[in-house]
Amino acid sequence: MISFEQLLFYLFAAIIILSAVRVVTVRNPIHAALYLVLTFFTTSALWILLEAEFLAITLVLVYVGAVMVLFLFVIMMLDIDIAEMREGFVSILPLAVVVAVMMVAVMVMVVGPHHFGLEIYPAAVRHAADYSNTRDLGSVLYTVYLYPFEIAAVILLVAIVAAISLTHRRRPDVVTQRIEDQVAVTKSERLKVIEMKAEERR
Amino acid sequence: MVEMIESLLTFIGFPLWMQSVIIILLKIVVILLPLLGVVAYFTLLERKVIAYMHVRIGPNRVGPRGLLQPIADAAKLMFKEIVIPSGADKPLFLIAPIISMAPALAAWAVIPFEAEMVLADVDASLLYVLALTSVGVYGVIIAGWASNSKYALLGAMRSAAQIVSYEIAMGFALVGVLMAAGSINLGDIVTAQQGGVVHWFWLPLLPLFLVYFISGVAETNRAPFDVAEGESEIVAGFHVDYSGMAFAVFFLAEYANMILVAMLAALMFLGGWLSPFEGIGFLSGTFLAAPSILWLFAKTSIFMVLYLWFRASFPRYRYDQIMRLGWKVFIPITIVWIAVVGIAIVAEIGPWFATNTGVTG
Repeated sequence: MISFEQLLFYLFAAIIILSAVRVVTVRNPIHAALYLVLTFFTTSALWILLEAEFLAITLVLVYVGAVMVLFLFVIMMLDIDIAEMREGFVSILPLAVVVAVMMVAVMVMVVGPHHFGLEIYPAAVRHAADYSNTRDLGSVLYTVYLYPFEIAAVILLVAIVAAISLTHRRRPDVVTQRIEDQVAVTKSERLKVIEMKAEERR
Repeated sequence: MVEMIESLLTFIGFPLWMQSVIIILLKIVVILLPLLGVVAYFTLLERKVIAYMHVRIGPNRVGPRGLLQPIADAAKLMFKEIVIPSGADKPLFLIAPIISMAPALAAWAVIPFEAEMVLADVDASLLYVLALTSVGVYGVIIAGWASNSKYALLGAMRSAAQIVSYEIAMGFALVGVLMAAGSINLGDIVTAQQGGVVHWFWLPLLPLFLVYFISGVAETNRAPFDVAEGESEIVAGFHVDYSGMAFAVFFLAEYANMILVAMLAALMFLGGWLSPFEGIGFLSGTFLAAPSILWLFAKTSIFMVLYLWFRASFPRYRYDQIMRLGWKVFIPITIVWIAVVGIAIVAEIGPWFATNTGVTG
């Protein structure tokens, strides 16, 4: 007899695997991106089963809510010819199979039972209902792992600045509006009241 | 109430797990039915308020004083044909309204209505709301793309870009709230504001409060930020090809989101269910000073009417002005004020940060 939680796990795991397979097999790139969204979403459901609700919610917030939206934006803007994309499928196939087999082999070697088996990582102890994963994570992140956390933050900030400066082109010849000036305009700059005599009645 | 139903279910002879499922389902119904009723009558209120601001009468034909107008609208929309454009991606076309509706309803699971009155007392409830509302943008994008129409796609791009941009300012405003409250549980955030009007977070977090509500208006694509469907200029934006009930679901999702933003603003900045007369000497002990769900509803209604007031008062923003406001004005304001709140917490300023509101335990 499997428990309700196991049932949920197998359900979500099946959805993850199916949608992950669809990401690479489906023809339409938009559909592929949406399947990837589904994969992320069900992964976060699995994380909730692992009592990691903070990470699960953050996964939805960051990857589903922000990253994949931008992905979809770009894919929708592209004019993709599906027939052209599938050209040369047969000639690339052997190489693709080799790469795929190697990746699977490496993943099995790393995450297999050899390193992550039950002897090495026994099943986690269930926490009580008032256990707060968010608070635990926060207190570890800001004490034990403070320096790695802050260094990661600085690296990300540098990456943002670098990305903006790479794409930011200053084009001096292009005339644009300066909204600051438009907003700051006063009546005296735009409106001129002229005193003039009324026309005489004929 | 819950105990009564529980004993009734035991009496009938349901197994224990089924009992809890039934009770959770009943709680969901108790939250969603009034919500959908409020959404329906919110549309009537909107038409009436805007009509009075235009010195018109507004809908007054269906039922006494037009009170049955929403029901007539719903019946009309239900019997209309759902036209699916010939080049449309049919499954996605039909899923899109559901994707925009579902997060708007699911977010209500963690909204506390009173101290113990909440469906799921999730510890990271504020984050949950933020995550779910950010999923709603998929409804917009998928609808625009699946319609196979360039106008729908352009409308979807505009409104999705707007939603994603304002989400950042909104998220930063919420960071200020959770710093001041020392918690991301909505119930704890309300409890942290105890002690009367000046203790509520609208005062110490005034810039964040304004940024939050204005971002909320932009998030829900409402006037004056309704460039996605500006009815006097373009047709309807991303849902231009939708008709009948499929369109109605988008419409309902927009209004459910508006009520959600209004209620979150009431919870986070106006003390939720706490009474405004709390801490006033001669009123203490009376029902006026007691926390009540009615205060929460009253505060939420203020924000709901503000939405309508904005719509009838302000001219529409231009698209580049919207983007400038979100990125160049709101985000800097929130970042500066987060630093101010941090300093205030360290310096224990005022009645808000005097006691240690930091992380406990």
